[in-house]
Amino acid sequence: MTDLTTALTELHIENGAKMVPFAGYSMPVQYPLGVLKEHLHTRSKAGLFDVSHMGQAMLTGKDATTTLEALIPIDVENLEIGEQRYGFFTNENGGIEDDLMVSRWENGLMVVVNAACKDQDFAYLQANLLGDTRLTLMPERALIALQGPAAKDVMARLGHDLSEMKFMHCRALTLSGADCLISRSGYTGEDGFEISVHNDDALALAKTLQADEDCEWIGLGARDSLRLEGGMCLYGHDLNADTTPIEAALNWAISPARRKGGAREGGFIGAEIILEQMPTNITRKRVGLKPKGRAPIREHTQLFDGDDVESAKEIGVVTSGGFSPSLGQPIAMGYVSKQNAKLGTTVYANVRGKLLALEISKTDFVANNFYR
Amino acid sequence: MSETKFTNDHEWAQLEGDVVTVGITEYAQAQLGDIVYIELPDIGRTVDLYEESAVVESVKAAGDLKSPISGEIFEINDVLNDEPELVNQDPEGEGWFYKIRLEEPEEFAKLQDRATYDAFVESLA
Repeated sequence: MTDLTTALTELHIENGAKMVPFAGYSMPVQYPLGVLKEHLHTRSKAGLFDVSHMGQAMLTGKDATTTLEALIPIDVENLEIGEQRYGFFTNENGGIEDDLMVSRWENGLMVVVNAACKDQDFAYLQANLLGDTRLTLMPERALIALQGPAAKDVMARLGHDLSEMKFMHCRALTLSGADCLISRSGYTGEDGFEISVHNDDALALAKTLQADEDCEWIGLGARDSLRLEGGMCLYGHDLNADTTPIEAALNWAISPARRKGGAREGGFIGAEIILEQMPTNITRKRVGLKPKGRAPIREHTQLFDGDDVESAKEIGVVTSGGFSPSLGQPIAMGYVSKQNAKLGTTVYANVRGKLLALEISKTDFVANNFYR
Repeated sequence: MSETKFTNDHEWAQLEGDVVTVGITEYAQAQLGDIVYIELPDIGRTVDLYEESAVVESVKAAGDLKSPISGEIFEINDVLNDEPELVNQDPEGEGWFYKIRLEEPEEFAKLQDRATYDAFVESLA
Protein backbone atom coordinates (compact mmCIF):
# COMPACT_ATOMS: atom_id res chain seq x y z
CA MET A 1 0.00 0.00 0.00
CA THR A 2 1.28 3.43 -0.91
CA ASP A 3 1.63 5.88 1.93
CA LEU A 4 -0.83 8.77 1.89
CA THR A 5 0.45 12.28 1.30
CA THR A 6 -0.55 15.69 2.62
CA ALA A 7 -0.86 18.99 0.78
CA LEU A 8 2.70 19.72 1.92
CA THR A 9 4.48 16.44 1.11
CA GLU A 10 6.26 17.84 -1.94
CA LEU A 11 7.31 20.93 -0.03
CA HIS A 12 8.90 18.74 2.67
CA ILE A 13 10.86 16.81 0.05
CA GLU A 14 11.90 20.08 -1.58
CA ASN A 15 13.12 21.21 1.86
CA GLY A 16 15.30 18.12 2.17
CA ALA A 17 13.15 16.23 4.68
CA LYS A 18 13.78 12.60 5.41
CA MET A 19 10.36 11.01 4.89
CA VAL A 20 9.17 7.96 6.81
CA PRO A 21 5.92 6.00 6.94
CA PHE A 22 3.80 7.10 9.89
CA ALA A 23 0.16 6.18 10.60
CA GLY A 24 -0.39 5.36 6.92
CA TYR A 25 1.18 8.61 5.72
CA SER A 26 4.57 9.56 4.40
CA MET A 27 5.72 12.19 6.91
CA PRO A 28 8.93 14.15 7.55
CA VAL A 29 10.88 12.70 10.50
CA GLN A 30 13.59 15.34 10.24
CA TYR A 31 14.92 18.09 8.00
CA PRO A 32 18.57 18.91 7.22
CA LEU A 33 18.82 20.84 10.52
CA GLY A 34 18.52 17.54 12.45
CA VAL A 35 16.41 16.53 15.45
CA LEU A 36 18.54 18.25 18.12
CA LYS A 37 18.65 21.67 16.44
CA GLU A 38 15.02 21.47 15.31
CA HIS A 39 14.05 20.85 18.91
CA LEU A 40 16.10 23.74 20.29
CA HIS A 41 14.89 26.05 17.54
CA THR A 42 11.28 25.39 18.56
CA ARG A 43 12.13 26.20 22.17
CA SER A 44 13.91 29.46 21.24
CA LYS A 45 12.12 30.73 18.09
CA ALA A 46 9.33 29.03 16.14
CA GLY A 47 8.87 25.61 14.59
CA LEU A 48 6.52 24.65 11.77
CA PHE A 49 4.95 21.20 11.83
CA ASP A 50 2.82 19.53 9.20
CA VAL A 51 0.21 17.67 11.25
CA SER A 52 -2.24 17.29 8.37
CA HIS A 53 -2.32 13.54 8.96
CA MET A 54 -4.37 14.15 12.09
CA GLY A 55 -8.14 13.74 11.82
CA GLN A 56 -10.31 16.87 11.69
CA ALA A 57 -14.10 16.72 11.81
CA MET A 58 -17.11 18.86 12.72
CA LEU A 59 -20.11 17.81 14.77
CA THR A 60 -23.19 19.89 14.03
CA GLY A 61 -26.78 19.93 15.23
CA LYS A 62 -28.43 20.86 18.52
CA ASP A 63 -27.60 17.42 19.97
CA ALA A 64 -23.88 17.57 19.16
CA THR A 65 -23.02 18.54 22.74
CA THR A 66 -24.96 15.62 24.23
CA THR A 67 -23.40 13.26 21.69
CA LEU A 68 -19.89 14.22 22.68
CA GLU A 69 -20.58 14.35 26.43
CA ALA A 70 -21.72 10.70 26.28
CA LEU A 71 -18.30 9.70 24.93
CA ILE A 72 -15.78 11.96 26.70
CA PRO A 73 -15.48 13.08 30.37
CA ILE A 74 -15.40 16.74 29.40
CA ASP A 75 -17.77 19.63 30.12
CA VAL A 76 -18.80 20.33 26.54
CA GLU A 77 -22.01 22.09 27.56
CA ASN A 78 -20.12 25.03 29.04
CA LEU A 79 -17.54 25.13 26.29
CA GLU A 80 -18.13 28.57 24.82
CA ILE A 81 -17.68 29.55 21.19
CA GLY A 82 -13.98 30.26 20.78
CA GLU A 83 -12.84 27.82 23.46
CA GLN A 84 -10.98 24.53 23.19
CA ARG A 85 -10.45 21.59 25.57
CA TYR A 86 -8.33 18.45 25.72
CA GLY A 87 -10.15 15.17 26.22
CA PHE A 88 -10.28 11.48 25.38
CA PHE A 89 -12.68 8.78 24.26
CA THR A 90 -13.07 6.27 27.08
CA ASN A 91 -14.15 2.62 26.94
CA GLU A 92 -16.23 0.31 29.18
CA ASN A 93 -13.15 -0.54 31.28
CA GLY A 94 -12.27 3.09 31.82
CA GLY A 95 -9.42 2.82 29.31
CA ILE A 96 -8.56 5.46 26.73
CA GLU A 97 -9.40 4.79 23.07
CA ASP A 98 -7.80 8.01 21.82
CA ASP A 99 -7.08 11.53 23.01
CA LEU A 100 -8.40 14.59 21.22
CA MET A 101 -8.96 18.32 21.11
CA VAL A 102 -12.49 19.71 20.98
CA SER A 103 -13.36 23.32 20.20
CA ARG A 104 -16.65 25.14 19.75
CA TRP A 105 -17.35 27.25 16.67
CA GLU A 106 -20.49 29.09 15.61
CA ASN A 107 -21.53 26.16 13.44
CA GLY A 108 -20.58 23.27 15.72
CA LEU A 109 -17.94 21.34 17.61
CA MET A 110 -14.64 20.62 15.93
CA VAL A 111 -12.64 17.58 16.99
CA VAL A 112 -9.02 16.83 16.15
CA VAL A 113 -7.88 13.25 16.76
CA ASN A 114 -4.71 11.21 16.26
CA ALA A 115 -3.84 10.06 12.75
CA ALA A 116 -3.44 6.42 13.69
CA CYS A 117 -6.87 6.32 15.37
CA LYS A 118 -8.91 8.58 13.12
CA ASP A 119 -10.74 5.95 11.03
CA GLN A 120 -11.73 4.10 14.18
CA ASP A 121 -12.65 7.32 16.03
CA PHE A 122 -14.83 8.67 13.25
CA ALA A 123 -16.62 5.32 12.78
CA TYR A 124 -17.23 5.27 16.53
CA LEU A 125 -18.57 8.83 16.53
CA GLN A 126 -20.77 8.08 13.52
CA ALA A 127 -22.21 5.01 15.28
CA ASN A 128 -22.98 7.03 18.41
CA LEU A 129 -24.55 10.19 17.00
CA LEU A 130 -27.56 11.28 19.03
CA GLY A 131 -30.68 13.06 17.73
CA ASP A 132 -29.99 15.42 14.87
CA THR A 133 -26.18 15.36 15.22
CA ARG A 134 -24.21 15.17 12.01
CA LEU A 135 -20.55 14.26 11.63
CA THR A 136 -18.69 15.93 8.78
CA LEU A 137 -15.13 14.81 8.14
CA MET A 138 -12.71 17.46 6.94
CA PRO A 139 -10.11 15.62 4.84
CA GLU A 140 -10.02 18.69 2.58
CA ARG A 141 -8.19 20.59 5.31
CA ALA A 142 -4.50 20.60 6.18
CA LEU A 143 -3.25 21.31 9.70
CA ILE A 144 -0.08 23.28 10.36
CA ALA A 145 1.29 23.83 13.86
CA LEU A 146 3.36 26.94 14.55
CA GLN A 147 5.04 26.46 17.93
CA GLY A 148 7.53 28.41 19.99
CA PRO A 149 8.02 31.69 21.82
CA ALA A 150 8.19 33.61 18.52
CA ALA A 151 4.94 32.09 17.16
CA LYS A 152 2.92 35.17 18.08
CA ASP A 153 5.51 37.43 16.41
CA VAL A 154 5.19 35.40 13.23
CA MET A 155 1.41 35.90 13.39
CA ALA A 156 1.92 39.61 13.98
CA ARG A 157 4.06 39.85 10.87
CA LEU A 158 1.17 38.26 8.96
CA GLY A 159 -1.04 41.07 10.19
CA HIS A 160 -2.67 39.55 13.26
CA ASP A 161 -1.87 40.76 16.73
CA LEU A 162 -2.88 37.69 18.75
CA SER A 163 -0.86 38.60 21.83
CA GLU A 164 -4.03 38.80 23.95
CA MET A 165 -5.53 35.57 22.63
CA LYS A 166 -5.44 33.00 25.46
CA PHE A 167 -4.14 29.44 25.48
CA MET A 168 -6.84 26.95 24.39
CA HIS A 169 -8.89 29.58 22.59
CA CYS A 170 -9.73 29.55 18.90
CA ARG A 171 -10.95 31.86 16.17
CA ALA A 172 -11.41 32.09 12.42
CA LEU A 173 -9.16 34.50 10.56
CA THR A 174 -7.55 35.14 7.20
CA LEU A 175 -3.83 34.40 6.93
CA SER A 176 -2.13 35.60 3.73
CA GLY A 177 -5.40 35.42 1.88
CA ALA A 178 -6.51 31.99 3.16
CA ASP A 179 -9.47 31.36 5.49
CA CYS A 180 -8.08 29.61 8.55
CA LEU A 181 -9.39 28.11 11.77
CA ILE A 182 -6.74 28.67 14.37
CA SER A 183 -6.34 27.68 18.00
CA ARG A 184 -3.75 28.82 20.50
CA SER A 185 -2.51 25.36 21.43
CA GLY A 186 -0.20 22.60 20.31
CA TYR A 187 1.69 19.65 21.64
CA THR A 188 5.19 20.88 22.34
CA GLY A 189 4.80 22.63 25.69
CA GLU A 190 5.39 25.94 23.92
CA ASP A 191 3.11 28.83 23.18
CA GLY A 192 1.83 28.57 19.64
CA PHE A 193 -0.98 27.98 17.21
CA GLU A 194 -2.54 25.20 15.21
CA ILE A 195 -3.78 26.38 11.85
CA SER A 196 -6.45 24.47 9.94
CA VAL A 197 -6.51 25.54 6.31
CA HIS A 198 -8.01 24.21 3.09
CA ASN A 199 -5.63 21.92 1.17
CA ASP A 200 -5.84 24.28 -1.84
CA ASP A 201 -4.43 27.14 0.25
CA ALA A 202 -2.06 25.13 2.45
CA LEU A 203 1.00 25.20 0.21
CA ALA A 204 0.92 28.97 -0.29
CA LEU A 205 0.42 29.55 3.43
CA ALA A 206 3.20 27.11 4.32
CA LYS A 207 5.56 28.94 1.96
CA THR A 208 4.64 32.27 3.54
CA LEU A 209 5.28 30.87 7.01
CA GLN A 210 8.59 29.22 6.09
CA ALA A 211 9.79 32.51 4.63
CA ASP A 212 9.58 34.09 8.10
CA GLU A 213 13.05 34.46 9.58
CA ASP A 214 12.02 32.87 12.88
CA CYS A 215 10.52 29.71 11.34
CA GLU A 216 12.11 26.35 10.66
CA TRP A 217 10.39 23.12 9.67
CA ILE A 218 10.34 20.51 12.42
CA GLY A 219 9.92 16.76 11.87
CA LEU A 220 8.34 13.96 13.86
CA GLY A 221 11.62 13.25 15.65
CA ALA A 222 11.75 16.62 17.40
CA ARG A 223 7.96 16.65 17.79
CA ASP A 224 8.40 13.55 19.95
CA SER A 225 11.24 14.94 22.08
CA LEU A 226 9.38 18.25 22.52
CA ARG A 227 6.18 16.63 23.76
CA LEU A 228 8.14 14.25 26.00
CA GLU A 229 9.98 17.18 27.62
CA GLY A 230 6.60 18.89 28.05
CA GLY A 231 5.25 15.81 29.86
CA MET A 232 2.59 15.16 27.25
CA CYS A 233 1.29 11.69 26.48
CA LEU A 234 1.59 10.02 23.10
CA TYR A 235 -1.39 7.79 22.33
CA GLY A 236 -0.42 4.18 21.65
CA HIS A 237 2.63 4.59 23.87
CA ASP A 238 1.80 6.41 27.12
CA LEU A 239 -1.94 5.95 26.73
CA ASN A 240 -3.91 2.98 25.45
CA ALA A 241 -7.18 1.07 25.80
CA ASP A 242 -5.94 -0.61 29.01
CA THR A 243 -4.91 2.62 30.74
CA THR A 244 -7.37 4.83 32.58
CA PRO A 245 -7.01 8.61 32.67
CA ILE A 246 -6.44 8.41 36.44
CA GLU A 247 -3.57 5.95 36.04
CA ALA A 248 -2.26 8.30 33.35
CA ALA A 249 -2.37 11.22 35.83
CA LEU A 250 -4.78 13.09 33.58
CA ASN A 251 -7.24 13.89 36.41
CA TRP A 252 -6.95 17.59 35.50
CA ALA A 253 -8.55 16.89 32.12
CA ILE A 254 -11.73 15.46 33.64
CA SER A 255 -14.04 18.44 33.96
CA PRO A 256 -15.39 19.20 37.46
CA ALA A 257 -18.94 19.05 36.05
CA ARG A 258 -18.42 15.39 35.13
CA ARG A 259 -16.79 14.32 38.40
CA LYS A 260 -18.52 12.95 41.50
CA GLY A 261 -20.81 15.64 42.83
CA GLY A 262 -20.56 17.61 39.59
CA ALA A 263 -23.52 19.15 37.73
CA ARG A 264 -23.58 16.28 35.21
CA GLU A 265 -21.71 13.60 37.13
CA GLY A 266 -20.60 10.60 35.05
CA GLY A 267 -22.66 9.87 31.98
CA PHE A 268 -19.66 8.90 29.81
CA ILE A 269 -18.47 5.41 28.90
CA GLY A 270 -16.53 3.83 31.76
CA ALA A 271 -17.52 6.60 34.20
CA GLU A 272 -18.09 4.23 37.14
CA ILE A 273 -14.54 2.90 37.01
CA ILE A 274 -12.90 6.23 36.28
CA LEU A 275 -14.76 8.23 38.94
CA GLU A 276 -14.20 5.48 41.51
CA GLN A 277 -10.45 5.75 40.84
CA MET A 278 -10.40 9.51 41.43
CA PRO A 279 -8.33 11.01 42.83
CA THR A 280 -5.75 8.23 43.40
CA ASN A 281 -7.54 4.95 43.99
CA ILE A 282 -5.20 3.16 41.58
CA THR A 283 -2.38 0.62 41.73
CA ARG A 284 -0.09 2.16 39.12
CA LYS A 285 0.56 5.65 37.95
CA ARG A 286 2.26 7.54 35.13
CA VAL A 287 5.39 9.32 36.30
CA GLY A 288 8.36 11.20 34.92
CA LEU A 289 11.68 9.35 35.05
CA LYS A 290 15.09 10.99 35.16
CA PRO A 291 17.92 8.55 34.45
CA LYS A 292 20.87 9.29 36.75
CA GLY A 293 23.41 8.28 34.11
CA ARG A 294 23.80 9.35 30.51
CA ALA A 295 22.22 6.34 28.82
CA PRO A 296 18.80 7.00 27.28
CA ILE A 297 16.23 4.50 28.54
CA ARG A 298 13.77 3.57 25.83
CA GLU A 299 10.15 2.52 25.58
CA HIS A 300 9.29 -1.01 26.85
CA THR A 301 12.26 -1.10 29.27
CA GLN A 302 11.22 -2.89 32.49
CA LEU A 303 11.57 -1.08 35.81
CA PHE A 304 12.57 -2.65 39.14
CA ASP A 305 12.55 -1.61 42.79
CA GLY A 306 16.19 -2.45 43.48
CA ASP A 307 19.56 -2.92 41.81
CA ASP A 308 20.10 -6.51 42.86
CA VAL A 309 19.19 -8.66 39.88
CA GLU A 310 18.31 -11.63 42.12
CA SER A 311 15.91 -9.92 44.50
CA ALA A 312 14.59 -6.87 42.62
CA LYS A 313 10.88 -6.87 41.92
CA GLU A 314 9.43 -5.64 38.65
CA ILE A 315 7.36 -2.56 39.39
CA GLY A 316 6.74 -0.89 36.06
CA VAL A 317 7.68 -0.11 32.50
CA VAL A 318 8.95 2.83 30.44
CA THR A 319 6.42 4.01 27.83
CA SER A 320 8.43 6.87 26.27
CA GLY A 321 12.12 7.51 26.62
CA GLY A 322 14.82 9.48 24.91
CA PHE A 323 17.13 12.40 25.21
CA SER A 324 16.13 15.89 26.26
CA PRO A 325 17.95 18.42 24.07
CA SER A 326 16.93 21.26 26.42
CA LEU A 327 18.31 19.58 29.55
CA GLY A 328 21.17 17.76 27.83
CA GLN A 329 20.31 14.53 29.58
CA PRO A 330 18.09 11.51 29.05
CA ILE A 331 14.44 11.66 30.17
CA ALA A 332 11.58 9.17 30.15
CA MET A 333 8.05 8.57 31.32
CA GLY A 334 6.36 5.38 32.29
CA TYR A 335 4.12 3.58 34.72
CA VAL A 336 5.16 2.37 38.17
CA SER A 337 3.26 0.82 41.04
CA LYS A 338 1.74 3.46 43.29
CA GLN A 339 4.06 2.73 46.23
CA ASN A 340 7.06 3.53 44.02
CA ALA A 341 5.51 6.61 42.41
CA LYS A 342 6.54 9.22 45.00
CA LEU A 343 8.72 12.05 43.69
CA GLY A 344 12.38 11.40 44.40
CA THR A 345 12.06 7.60 44.65
CA THR A 346 14.85 5.69 42.93
CA VAL A 347 13.86 2.88 40.58
CA TYR A 348 16.02 0.78 38.28
CA ALA A 349 15.78 0.02 34.58
CA ASN A 350 17.07 -3.15 33.02
CA VAL A 351 19.16 -1.92 30.11
CA ARG A 352 21.07 -4.62 28.26
CA GLY A 353 21.33 -6.67 31.46
CA LYS A 354 22.50 -3.79 33.68
CA LEU A 355 20.23 -2.17 36.26
CA LEU A 356 20.49 1.61 35.86
CA ALA A 357 19.09 4.07 38.41
CA LEU A 358 16.35 6.58 37.61
CA GLU A 359 14.62 9.10 39.81
CA ILE A 360 10.85 9.55 39.81
CA SER A 361 10.24 13.14 38.76
CA LYS A 362 7.49 15.42 37.58
CA THR A 363 6.27 14.58 34.09
CA ASP A 364 6.92 18.07 32.73
CA PHE A 365 10.70 18.19 32.48
CA VAL A 366 10.67 21.62 30.88
CA ALA A 367 8.20 24.19 32.21
CA ASN A 368 5.29 24.76 29.85
CA ASN A 369 5.29 28.15 28.20
CA PHE A 370 1.58 28.66 27.51
CA TYR A 371 -0.06 32.07 27.33
CA ARG A 372 -2.90 31.79 29.83
CA MET B 1 52.06 3.16 8.12
CA SER B 2 48.43 2.39 8.73
CA GLU B 3 45.63 0.88 6.69
CA THR B 4 41.88 1.37 7.19
CA LYS B 5 39.25 -1.15 6.18
CA PHE B 6 35.47 -1.35 6.48
CA THR B 7 32.44 -3.59 7.03
CA ASN B 8 29.01 -3.56 5.41
CA ASP B 9 27.67 -2.64 8.87
CA HIS B 10 29.56 0.67 8.64
CA GLU B 11 32.36 0.00 11.10
CA TRP B 12 35.93 0.91 10.30
CA ALA B 13 39.11 -0.78 11.52
CA GLN B 14 42.52 0.84 11.26
CA LEU B 15 45.58 -1.39 11.53
CA GLU B 16 48.90 0.01 12.74
CA GLY B 17 51.50 -2.60 13.67
CA ASP B 18 49.39 -5.20 15.45
CA VAL B 19 46.94 -2.67 16.92
CA VAL B 20 43.49 -2.23 15.42
CA THR B 21 41.46 0.91 16.22
CA VAL B 22 37.70 0.53 15.74
CA GLY B 23 34.88 3.02 15.13
CA ILE B 24 31.83 3.76 13.01
CA THR B 25 31.91 5.43 9.62
CA GLU B 26 30.81 8.85 8.39
CA TYR B 27 27.80 7.19 6.75
CA ALA B 28 26.79 5.50 10.04
CA GLN B 29 26.99 8.71 12.08
CA ALA B 30 24.96 10.59 9.45
CA GLN B 31 22.28 7.91 9.52
CA LEU B 32 22.09 7.90 13.32
CA GLY B 33 21.89 11.68 13.65
CA ASP B 34 22.84 13.53 16.82
CA ILE B 35 24.62 11.03 19.07
CA VAL B 36 23.93 11.48 22.78
CA TYR B 37 25.42 8.40 24.42
CA ILE B 38 28.02 5.74 23.73
CA GLU B 39 28.26 2.60 25.82
CA LEU B 40 31.84 1.45 25.47
CA PRO B 41 33.05 -2.06 26.34
CA ASP B 42 35.10 -2.63 29.49
CA ILE B 43 38.85 -2.73 29.09
CA GLY B 44 40.00 -6.35 29.17
CA ARG B 45 36.85 -7.68 27.57
CA THR B 46 37.39 -10.29 24.89
CA VAL B 47 35.05 -10.05 21.93
CA ASP B 48 34.26 -12.48 19.16
CA LEU B 49 34.21 -11.46 15.53
CA TYR B 50 31.05 -9.38 14.87
CA GLU B 51 30.02 -9.54 18.52
CA GLU B 52 28.07 -6.48 19.67
CA SER B 53 30.76 -4.60 21.53
CA ALA B 54 29.39 -1.05 21.92
CA VAL B 55 26.04 0.74 21.80
CA VAL B 56 25.47 4.06 20.08
CA GLU B 57 22.39 6.05 21.08
CA SER B 58 21.23 9.03 19.06
CA VAL B 59 18.24 11.28 19.57
CA LYS B 60 16.47 9.01 17.14
CA ALA B 61 17.59 5.46 17.78
CA ALA B 62 20.03 3.00 19.31
CA GLY B 63 22.54 1.10 17.21
CA ASP B 64 25.20 -1.53 17.89
CA LEU B 65 28.80 -1.63 16.91
CA LYS B 66 29.71 -5.18 15.89
CA SER B 67 33.40 -5.78 16.37
CA PRO B 68 35.10 -6.12 12.98
CA ILE B 69 38.03 -7.83 14.70
CA SER B 70 38.08 -10.40 17.52
CA GLY B 71 40.36 -10.26 20.53
CA GLU B 72 40.96 -8.47 23.80
CA ILE B 73 40.08 -4.79 24.08
CA PHE B 74 43.00 -3.01 25.74
CA GLU B 75 42.08 0.66 25.38
CA ILE B 76 38.83 2.60 25.08
CA ASN B 77 38.18 6.19 24.04
CA ASP B 78 36.59 7.23 27.32
CA VAL B 79 36.40 10.87 26.20
CA LEU B 80 33.21 9.67 24.46
CA ASN B 81 31.58 9.22 27.87
CA ASP B 82 31.41 12.99 28.17
CA GLU B 83 31.56 14.00 24.53
CA PRO B 84 29.63 11.45 22.49
CA GLU B 85 29.12 14.13 19.83
CA LEU B 86 32.77 13.60 18.79
CA VAL B 87 31.48 10.61 16.85
CA ASN B 88 29.29 12.94 14.77
CA GLN B 89 32.07 15.48 14.35
CA ASP B 90 34.99 13.20 13.55
CA PRO B 91 33.84 9.58 13.26
CA GLU B 92 37.05 8.27 11.72
CA GLY B 93 39.34 10.32 13.93
CA GLU B 94 38.67 11.59 17.46
CA GLY B 95 35.44 9.58 17.54
CA TRP B 96 37.21 6.20 17.67
CA PHE B 97 35.71 3.61 20.06
CA TYR B 98 38.38 1.14 21.18
CA LYS B 99 41.66 -0.57 20.41
CA ILE B 100 42.17 -4.26 20.10
CA ARG B 101 45.28 -6.38 19.40
CA LEU B 102 45.13 -8.25 16.11
CA GLU B 103 45.47 -11.98 16.68
CA GLU B 104 43.95 -13.30 13.46
CA PRO B 105 45.42 -11.32 10.51
CA GLU B 106 42.93 -13.12 8.27
CA GLU B 107 40.09 -11.16 9.86
CA PHE B 108 41.60 -7.84 8.82
CA ALA B 109 42.54 -9.11 5.39
CA LYS B 110 38.89 -10.06 4.70
CA LEU B 111 37.50 -6.56 5.43
CA GLN B 112 36.72 -4.22 2.51
CA ASP B 113 39.10 -1.54 1.34
CA ARG B 114 37.89 2.04 1.11
CA ALA B 115 37.07 1.97 -2.60
CA THR B 116 34.87 -1.12 -2.17
CA TYR B 117 33.15 0.34 0.87
CA ASP B 118 32.57 3.70 -0.81
CA ALA B 119 30.98 1.90 -3.77
CA PHE B 120 28.77 -0.03 -1.33
CA VAL B 121 27.62 3.20 0.38
CA GLU B 122 27.01 4.72 -3.05
CA SER B 123 24.73 1.78 -3.86
CA LEU B 124 22.61 2.52 -0.76
CA ALA B 125 21.71 6.04 -1.90
